[in-house]
Amino acid sequence: MIRFEPREPASLPRLILIPVAAALIALLLAALPISAAGVNVLEAYGLMGKGAFGSLFSFTEMLTRATPLILTGLAAALAFRAKLWNIGAEGQLYAGALAAVAVGTGWIDAPGVILLPLVVFAGALAGGAVMLGPTLLKTRLGVDEVVTTLLLNFVILLFVQMMLEGPMQDPMGMGWPQSEPILDQAILPKLMDRMRIHGGLIIALAAALAIHILLKRTVWGFEIRAVGENASAAAHAGLPVRATFIRVGLLSGALAGLAGVGEVAGLKGYLTADLSPGFGYSGIVVAMLAGLNPIGVVVAALFIASIFVGADSMSRATGVSNYLADLIVAMALISVLVSGLFLRFRIKFIRPHAAAASTQAASQETK
Amino acid sequence: MPSAPTVLQLDQITKRFGSFTANDAVSLSLKKGEILALLGENGAGKTTLMNILFGHYVADEGTVSVADRSSGALTELPPGQPHAALEAGVGMVHQHFTLAENLSALDNILLGTEPLFSARSARAKGRARLVDLMQRSGLTVDLDARISTLSVGEKQRVEILKALYRDARVLVLDEPTAVLTPQESDTLFETLKTLAAEGLAIIFISHKLDEVIASSDRIAVLRLGKLVADQPTAGSTKLQLAELMVGQTVTLSSRPEQAAGRVLLTLQGASAGDGRAAIHDIDLALNSGEILGIAGVSGNGQATLARLLSGLEPLRKGSLTLEERDLGRTLHGQSARTMIEAGFARIPEDRHKDGIVGAMSIAENLAIETIRAPQNQRFGFLKFGAIAERARAAIKAYDIRCQGERAAARLLSGGNIQKIVLARTLEANPKVVLAAQPSRGLDVGATADVHRRLLDARARGAGVILISEDLDELMRLSDRIAVIHRGRLGPAEATETLDRSTLGLRMAGHDHAADAGEAA
Amino acid sequence: MDFLDIFLNANFWAASLRIATPLIFGVIGALVCERAGVLNLGIEGIFTAGAMAGWMAVWLGAGLWGGVAVAALAGAFFGLIHAILTVPLGLSQHVSGIGVTLFATSLSYFVYRTALPDVSSPPRIEPFKPLDIPGLSDLPFIGPALFQQTALTFLALFVVAATAFVLYRTPLGLAIRAVGDNPSAVESQGLSVYGIRIGAVVAGSALMALGGAFLTMSAFDAFFFGMVNGRGWICIALTVFASWRPGKALLGALLFGAFDAFQVRLQTDVGSFIPGQVFLMMPYILSIAALILVARKADYPRALLVPYFRGQR
Repeated sequence: MIRFEPREPASLPRLILIPVAAALIALLLAALPISAAGVNVLEAYGLMGKGAFGSLFSFTEMLTRATPLILTGLAAALAFRAKLWNIGAEGQLYAGALAAVAVGTGWIDAPGVILLPLVVFAGALAGGAVMLGPTLLKTRLGVDEVVTTLLLNFVILLFVQMMLEGPMQDPMGMGWPQSEPILDQAILPKLMDRMRIHGGLIIALAAALAIHILLKRTVWGFEIRAVGENASAAAHAGLPVRATFIRVGLLSGALAGLAGVGEVAGLKGYLTADLSPGFGYSGIVVAMLAGLNPIGVVVAALFIASIFVGADSMSRATGVSNYLADLIVAMALISVLVSGLFLRFRIKFIRPHAAAASTQAASQETK
Repeated sequence: MPSAPTVLQLDQITKRFGSFTANDAVSLSLKKGEILALLGENGAGKTTLMNILFGHYVADEGTVSVADRSSGALTELPPGQPHAALEAGVGMVHQHFTLAENLSALDNILLGTEPLFSARSARAKGRARLVDLMQRSGLTVDLDARISTLSVGEKQRVEILKALYRDARVLVLDEPTAVLTPQESDTLFETLKTLAAEGLAIIFISHKLDEVIASSDRIAVLRLGKLVADQPTAGSTKLQLAELMVGQTVTLSSRPEQAAGRVLLTLQGASAGDGRAAIHDIDLALNSGEILGIAGVSGNGQATLARLLSGLEPLRKGSLTLEERDLGRTLHGQSARTMIEAGFARIPEDRHKDGIVGAMSIAENLAIETIRAPQNQRFGFLKFGAIAERARAAIKAYDIRCQGERAAARLLSGGNIQKIVLARTLEANPKVVLAAQPSRGLDVGATADVHRRLLDARARGAGVILISEDLDELMRLSDRIAVIHRGRLGPAEATETLDRSTLGLRMAGHDHAADAGEAA
Repeated sequence: MDFLDIFLNANFWAASLRIATPLIFGVIGALVCERAGVLNLGIEGIFTAGAMAGWMAVWLGAGLWGGVAVAALAGAFFGLIHAILTVPLGLSQHVSGIGVTLFATSLSYFVYRTALPDVSSPPRIEPFKPLDIPGLSDLPFIGPALFQQTALTFLALFVVAATAFVLYRTPLGLAIRAVGDNPSAVESQGLSVYGIRIGAVVAGSALMALGGAFLTMSAFDAFFFGMVNGRGWICIALTVFASWRPGKALLGALLFGAFDAFQVRLQTDVGSFIPGQVFLMMPYILSIAALILVARKADYPRALLVPYFRGQR
C-alpha cells in the first residue's frame, strides 16, 4: 500500500527531473507497440532520433513543428494556471487561422509593415473572441467550460469548412476547399534559406517570455495565480475574480489563435481544413509536461515536436503507423500526471497492515 | 459501576504526524453503561485518538480492544478498518456530520448495513426497527426527510441513530454540543444518560468544563497528546480540570471599561441570501469602540451576514451605511474590494478556504488585499522588495511562526494562518472589524492572541462585530450581544444584562418580542 | 405541410431512436461515473476504443455478442486507468480524462493501422440485424419505429431501466449516490469509498464503450477514423441536462436523436439554401444550448471532482 506525505518545497532539480522522467517512461512504454508492430525497437528509436535531430533540415522541421505547440501549450498553461479549463485551443487555432486568411488575402491591400501586424493581431483577436464565449458562460451562468470549449472545437472546424467551400474558397483552387493564398507581404519571414522554419517561432518564444513575466512579476499574474489556487480566498480578498477569468480566457484564446496565424502565414500560405493535426490537444500535454511553466512549455514543445517529426520519419522507413506519435504523447501525459505525485508528495510504500495510515497530511496538501 | 464489564480498552496508543506526536502512549478503558468525558483543548489529540479507535487512522504503536459480542472477552481490533470497528459495536458521531445530504435520513442509516450486491433493500424491516429504536431512545426524526432539509440537532440525532441501528455498544461523540443551544445540549445529555442506563458505553469529547462535570461519570484529560488525568467526575472541580487541561495558567484577556463612541455602521431592514441561510430584515447599529457579539446556533444566517459585510453577497433589501455613506447599493456580490476600501477588516469563518491562498507565500498572502495599492505595485509590476519587507515586519509584529516570508502559507498551523489574516486586515487600521468564528479550532494560546487583537482594535476605536457560537467567548469579549435565529437578528443588549439561559432560549428561537415586551 | 409529414413518418422515429442509441449508452455511463463523484472525460476515447475493439473482435471471428463483450472490456480497461488516476491517486479528473481520451483514441488508431496497414477502404463486418418480431413488427407506425431496431438498441433501453433500478432500489445504488454526495458518509458506515468509486467508473466506462460498439456493429459495419466525432462530449453535456437521472437521460438522448433526425430531413428540403455544415453544427450547438438552459439550476453531485483522502473530513 502507498501513503503520501506532502513534500515542500519542491526543489528545482526535482521540478526538472520529474517531467524528464515522465517523458522517458512514455518513450520506454512505446517499445511495446513498436515491437507489436514487428519492428526492432532500438532501430525504431534510432530512426526517430535521426528524424528529429539527424540533419539541419530535420532539426528545423522539428522547430517548425514545435512553433504551434509552444503557442497552444502556452494557451493551456496560462488557462490551467487560473483553473480555467480551456480545452478549445484546437478551435481557437482555426479561428486564428481563418481571421489571418480573411485579413491577409487581399481584402486589405497594404504594405507588409502594416498588413503583417494586422494579420497577426486579427488571428489573436479571433482566438480570444472564441474563448470569450465559454469564459462568460462560466463566470456569468456557471456553465462548465470544459464541455463548451470541447464542443466549440467541432463547431469552428465545421464553420471553417463552410467558409472554405463557400465565400472564402479560392476561385483558382480548382474546386478544392482551400482559401486564397496570403499576400506575399503578409507572410511571416523565413528564418533560414530553403528551410520551412519561419517567424512564428520568434512570436512563440516572445510569447513564452511575456507570459513568464506576466505570471511572475505583475499584478495580473498575481491575481491569476491566486484565483487559480484558491478562487474563494481570492474573492474574499477583493481580487477581481471574474475579470481575471475573462483576461485569462482572452489571452489563452489569443495564444492559440496565434498558433493558427503561424501555420497559415508562416508555413502553409493558405488555409485548409486539415491545417492542424491536433495541435490544440497536444498543447495540453505540452502544458502538463511543463508543469504549467511558460519557459518549460518551450522545452516540452520541443520534446513533443521531436516525437512527432521523429515518428513520421521512422514511420516512412519502417511502416510502423505514425499514430505511434499520438500514442507516445498520450502516454507522456498520463505518466507526467502520475509522476507529478512524486513532486508534491514523498511516497512511502508500507506494509498493508499499516497501510490505511492516514493520508490526512496529504489531504491538507490538495485542499 | 465498578462491577460492570469493560467493553473498550485503548492500550498505549501512540500516533505521530511527521515530527509531531498527536497521541503519546495513551491508555484508556471504558465500562458498560459508563459515560466518559474526554477533555482537552484544541490540538490536545482527542480527535486523533477517537479516529484511531474508529479505524480512520492507524496508530504507530498500541492497540484497541473491544469486548467480543458473545463471549465478552476483549478482542483486538484490526487497525485502520472502520468496518471492523463498526462490526465490533463502536459507533462514532463526528463533529462534522458524515451524512449524504441528497439522501433521506432512513437511507443514511441503512447505508452499508446490507450486502451491497443484494437485489433489493429491506427498507420496511429497517424502518420498523428504527421506529422502535426512536421510541425507546427518544431520538425522533422524520425518516423520510432529505438530510439537507434537517436542522443541525436533527442531523445529530440521525448520526446517533446510525450507531444505535448497528447495535453500537460504544458510542463516541466528538464535540457534540459545539453546534447546539444550551437547551438542546441538555436534551442531548438526558438522552445519553438514558442510553447509558440501558448499557451503552459513551465517550464524549469536549473542552467545556461545565458540561463535562454535569454529565459524565468519569473524566479523562488529554494535554499535548498525553493522558494527564483519568479520574471520577465526583470530586472534580472546574479549576482543577482547567489547570489539567491547559497546564499553565493562561491569563484570559478581559474587556476593559470603555465608553462606546458614535455610530459607525448601520444595517436597516437588511435582507440577503436565499434558502435556509438567508437573513431577513436585519437592523443593527455598531458603535465605534465596542464589540458587538452575534450569538446563534450554526446555520441560522451568520454565514450570510458575514458574507454581506465582507462584500461577497449583494443586499437584496434594506440599507447598509458606514458613517453616512450608503454602501448597500454598491454591493453586487463581487464587492469585497469596496468593503476593504471603505475600511472593513474581515476575518473569515473558514480561514483555510477563504483566508489564505495556501500555495502562495506568506508575503503574498499578507499583500493580497492591497496588491493594487501603490505600495505593492508600479505600472502593474509587483514591488517584490517592498512586499517582502512589509511581510517580515508583519511576521515579527504578529509573531507568525514560519520559516520566512517566502514559505507557502499552507504549511502553517491554524493559529499562524489566523495571524496572517489578522496582520493583513488589522494593520490597515480598519474602522469596522468583522470576526467570524475567529477562534474556532485554535488552541488556548492562539485564541488568547486573537482576543487580544480584537480588544486592541476596540481600544483604537474600531467597531468589532464578533460572530461566534461560543457563548463564553461572546460574553467575555462583547459589550453587547444580539442573537440570530433563522436569519432574523434580535436586539443587541448589554452583556451584563444577559445570562446564558436567556441567550440559549433566544438561540432556540423563543422570541425576542416577548422579552422586549417584558422589558418595556 | 412538410414538417407534419416528417413527424408522422415512422421512419423518422426509427431514425431518432437509432441516433439516440449510442448517446443513451454514453449518457448512462457518464451518469454512473458522475453519480459516484468522478467526471469521466475519457468518454470520447472510450467510445473510439469500444467502436474499434468491438468491430475488430467481430472481424477476427468473435461473433457479434463476442464483439460487444470485447468492447465492454476495452471500456472497462480504460475506465480502470481513469479510476486509478483519479480515485486513490486523486489526480485532476479533467486532465486525467483528457489523457485517457488521447490514450484510448491513439491506441485504437494505432492498433487498427497496425492490423490493417494497407487497406484504403475498411473491411466490413456483418452487423446486427433489425430484430424482426413477428406480429409486433407489423403493427402500423409503432411496428416499424420500434421494431426496426437492432438488439443493441433494446440493450440500451434495458440498461436505462437496470441503471435506474440499481441506483434507486438497491443497497449498491444507495452507496453510489451517497459517495457522490459525501464520501465520509460512506466511509463512516464501513464501506470503501475507493472501491465503490472505482467500480462505478469501470462499469460506467464499459457502458460508454457499448455506445461506440453500436457505431461499428449496428449503425455502420466498419471502423473509420474520427467516427465518434464528439459524441462523447455531447453525452457529458446531456448528463448535466438530465440532472443525473436515468429517466431524464433517456428522454434527453431521444430528444436529441429526434432533433438530429429532423434536421437531416430538413436538410433535404432546404439544403440548397443553407450549407450542409450548418446542419452538422447543430448537435454541438444544441448541446451547448442545453447546458446553458439548465446551468442555473443544475444540481451537481456535491462531491463531483473532489478527490477523497482517508482521514479527511
